[in-house]
Amino acid sequence: MQFPVLSVIVFTPIIAAIIILLIPSDRKTETRVAALAAATFALGLSIWVYFSYDVQASGYQFVEKYAWLPQFGISYFVGVDGMSAPLVLLTGLVMFTGVLISWGIDDRPREFFAFLFILATGVFGVFVALDLFMLFFFYEIAVFPMYLLIAIWGWKVTREYAAMKLTLYLFIGSVIALVGALGMYYASGLGTFDMIALEGAGFSAAFQKIVFPFVFFGFAILGGIFPFHNWSPDGHVAAPTAVSMFHAGVLMKLGAFAALRVGIMLLPEGAKYHMSWIILLTLVNVVYGAFIAFVQTDFKYVIGFSSVSHMGLVLMGFATLTSDGLLGAGVQMFSHGIMTALFFAVVGMVYDQTHTREIPKLGGVRLVMPIVTIAFIVGGLVSMGMPGFSGFVAEFPIFMGLWDSYPWIAWVAVISIVITAAYIIRIIGKVFFGKIPEEFKGHLQDVRVLDKVALVLLSAILIIVGIYPTIMVPMVQSGVENVLRLLGGA
Amino acid sequence: MFANIDATMIKAILPVILVVVLGAIVLVLDLILSEKSKRNLGWVTAVGLGIIMFVAVAVAPSGDGELLWGGMIRYDLMSFIFMEIFLFGAAITALFAMDFHTISKRGEFYILMLASTIGMMLLAASADLIMVYVAFETVSIPMYILAGFFTREEKSTEAGFKYFLFGAMASAIMVYGLSLLYGYSGTTNIYALAKQFQANGISDGLLIGSLLLILVGFGFKISAVPLHFWAPDTYEGAPTPVAGLLSTASKAAGFAVLIRVLVVAFPEIQREWGAIIAAISVATMTLGNLTAIAQKNMKRLLAYSSVAHAGYILIGIAAVSKTGVSSSIFYLIAYLVTNLAAFGIVAATWRILKSDKIEDYAGLSRRSPWLGLALMVALLSLAGMPPFAGFITKVYVFAAAVDSELIWLAIIGVLNAIFGLYYYLIVLKVVYLYRSDNDDQPLPVTRPYAVALVVLTAGIILIGTFFAPWFGWATTAASSIF
Repeated sequence: MQFPVLSVIVFTPIIAAIIILLIPSDRKTETRVAALAAATFALGLSIWVYFSYDVQASGYQFVEKYAWLPQFGISYFVGVDGMSAPLVLLTGLVMFTGVLISWGIDDRPREFFAFLFILATGVFGVFVALDLFMLFFFYEIAVFPMYLLIAIWGWKVTREYAAMKLTLYLFIGSVIALVGALGMYYASGLGTFDMIALEGAGFSAAFQKIVFPFVFFGFAILGGIFPFHNWSPDGHVAAPTAVSMFHAGVLMKLGAFAALRVGIMLLPEGAKYHMSWIILLTLVNVVYGAFIAFVQTDFKYVIGFSSVSHMGLVLMGFATLTSDGLLGAGVQMFSHGIMTALFFAVVGMVYDQTHTREIPKLGGVRLVMPIVTIAFIVGGLVSMGMPGFSGFVAEFPIFMGLWDSYPWIAWVAVISIVITAAYIIRIIGKVFFGKIPEEFKGHLQDVRVLDKVALVLLSAILIIVGIYPTIMVPMVQSGVENVLRLLGGA
Repeated sequence: MFANIDATMIKAILPVILVVVLGAIVLVLDLILSEKSKRNLGWVTAVGLGIIMFVAVAVAPSGDGELLWGGMIRYDLMSFIFMEIFLFGAAITALFAMDFHTISKRGEFYILMLASTIGMMLLAASADLIMVYVAFETVSIPMYILAGFFTREEKSTEAGFKYFLFGAMASAIMVYGLSLLYGYSGTTNIYALAKQFQANGISDGLLIGSLLLILVGFGFKISAVPLHFWAPDTYEGAPTPVAGLLSTASKAAGFAVLIRVLVVAFPEIQREWGAIIAAISVATMTLGNLTAIAQKNMKRLLAYSSVAHAGYILIGIAAVSKTGVSSSIFYLIAYLVTNLAAFGIVAATWRILKSDKIEDYAGLSRRSPWLGLALMVALLSLAGMPPFAGFITKVYVFAAAVDSELIWLAIIGVLNAIFGLYYYLIVLKVVYLYRSDNDDQPLPVTRPYAVALVVLTAGIILIGTFFAPWFGWATTAASSIF
């Protein structure tokens, strides 16, 4: 029997969470070491999965299938394809760096890491799920720890409000999608939640047209689609740093990924019918998100709205339903995940030292935190889509796909790149360069070594994917081909 | 007449007989034991009920059900599963009661609880209108006393009295309905009713009318809107372990008899009662959830939440199908374990805080991380989050509704689940986020609570992750009446 690597990845965090909960609450260092060990292990396995995925063979690999509730057609069915393998790696990376930069958490670190890891199990589970029920099961597991993580360890001013808003938004989305999924289960007449079987269920076009919006929007809420994006900046800002990283870096991909897997892949006719207007919503995401980010004065809100804008590009790539668009969206999910995790890590580090996130009050951070500054610049270049960085590899194909099908949308969407450049350069200029304000002089210190490790790791990945896209593009391409096959070569 | 009694007949009621024996043992021990060691009666009751659960498995019916004891009870898988539910609920309640206030010194608590359990077991098995009524009262009368058990406390007395007045009225209306059914058919046997209605050409209107009268009684037991008014006041005033039992086992007994009577006696008006139940379900879950949001007292919150859960369970029944009934039974199993845990934590917390106010739960997770975690598991399970029991069961009742083309009902159900999540999260916020002045004082939990809560929490996770056995039980139970 093959080593069940995906199951081990999925269950490592939750088992670690249980072990961490058993450590006495005053043993804080042991708690952190245990968390780091588990995160390292999961990261190692996800790297292994990524590099041993056979791109030539494509399709679903590392497949495991066990009966879970056979009477109801539910199975524990996991596997990765070219779309999900990078996302598993992304989750492993964000989990690892998230633990590194959370070393300083002093209020109940035991519960913090336990909840964070329960969240990680949910996320891994969704990315590898090939059973519709199982996907929901893990999706919900990823939702509820967010509430406690934000409410307990978040920013005191807005955490209660933001945590509740976020949780309810996501829960509403998922239950709406659930009704759609149950409809699919019964309409297929197959009596199974197996998504590969459902791909071939041949739902009638009329059925697909009705159900698609339920499923797509139910999940895309977590992807931050306009006009349901509102939870996301509030949630990002209120969350503690590691949770913001997880949240913007991984969770929003969860929504986009599930919208692709369940919405577009199982209901291709519905997707073709509805995407022509959904793409307008994603255009609003892209441009409006960038614009709102530009006018923010709170450093973290800038990044929060930039996520809305960039996730809009992912959904826009999906909405083109073209090979290029889907490819770009697939790479963008990974690239944006790493980039935004990097951004939030930087914001958290600056805030920890200065205790303010008001851009006008900050300045000269470069003098005390050189590595943080370089990391932010790398992230910024990615975000602007500069060639040589992963953002270019991701965004260029999205615009190519758009150009084919909706040229005028491409024109409008390009504006967002300009605005993005404006707000990134503004932050770099004001926060990192410029003069150190009087009140900070002598108070600021450089970040810990562990933080630097996290930043260097994330920046390096963005550059590697940028200068050597072959490491990722063929893999995502193989996943895209599977989607295109279901779309009937559209 | 004893010549007619065969082994099957004994097997059918063996668990009931054993509970009677256990009651007698507790009664005798209550007289012998000294004041100090009376607390151990709780262990005796719990362990005894646990053993009876295993015995019940040994005498579980196989294959099709049969009518026994002159058609009074039906020996089938449905009654078996419900018997297990009641025995488990009562055993856990005995553990919760042991260290609760003055109960530890009073043996009659356990005897009354066992008497009520006997009623529940017979109610779930009853196949005759007379038996339904007798068993119904056997459940209720000890419960009235238990709810008002702390006679020196005004709230408890009020709880018992309110419950009694409501219950007496509801059962009077129900018995009127039952008598009408006898009038229409000339038989009291539930399994003969349907045929007689047809033979006598009773119109649907008359049947629906008398069914509504009966539903008053059943609706009272399951605290369905508009017969839920007693629940918040009674739960708030009654000793917390009793409130836990009322909201789980006693409610399950109501559902058992409701399902059996509807499915077996009224197949002719299936569509009509399906619609009636769907309407009650919508009202029950919506009102329960909306009112729960505003509650400041934990027991009242759980009372309204338990009203709301009755609504979810009714969705399965409204689906009028084998899948539907099976989903309702599965939901009841999960709900039993979950809600008992919630009430157990409330009881354990009250012992130290002497308060049930939600605001007084501040700092609970700091004072007792394990109790906080158990409460989180219980509340998230009630909210329908995986990997806890509430998730799969909610999905299954909604699936049953979709299967019967009641998509609108499933949508109302999921919208309600959102309200539900909101108020459970508010409680969790208080528990985890807020601080109290006594954060550094640990909150000790005695052994019976620890045992019971570990069993329940493990059960919640077990049901929520390994569904197949419980699902199988629920399905076979549903098949035994269809």
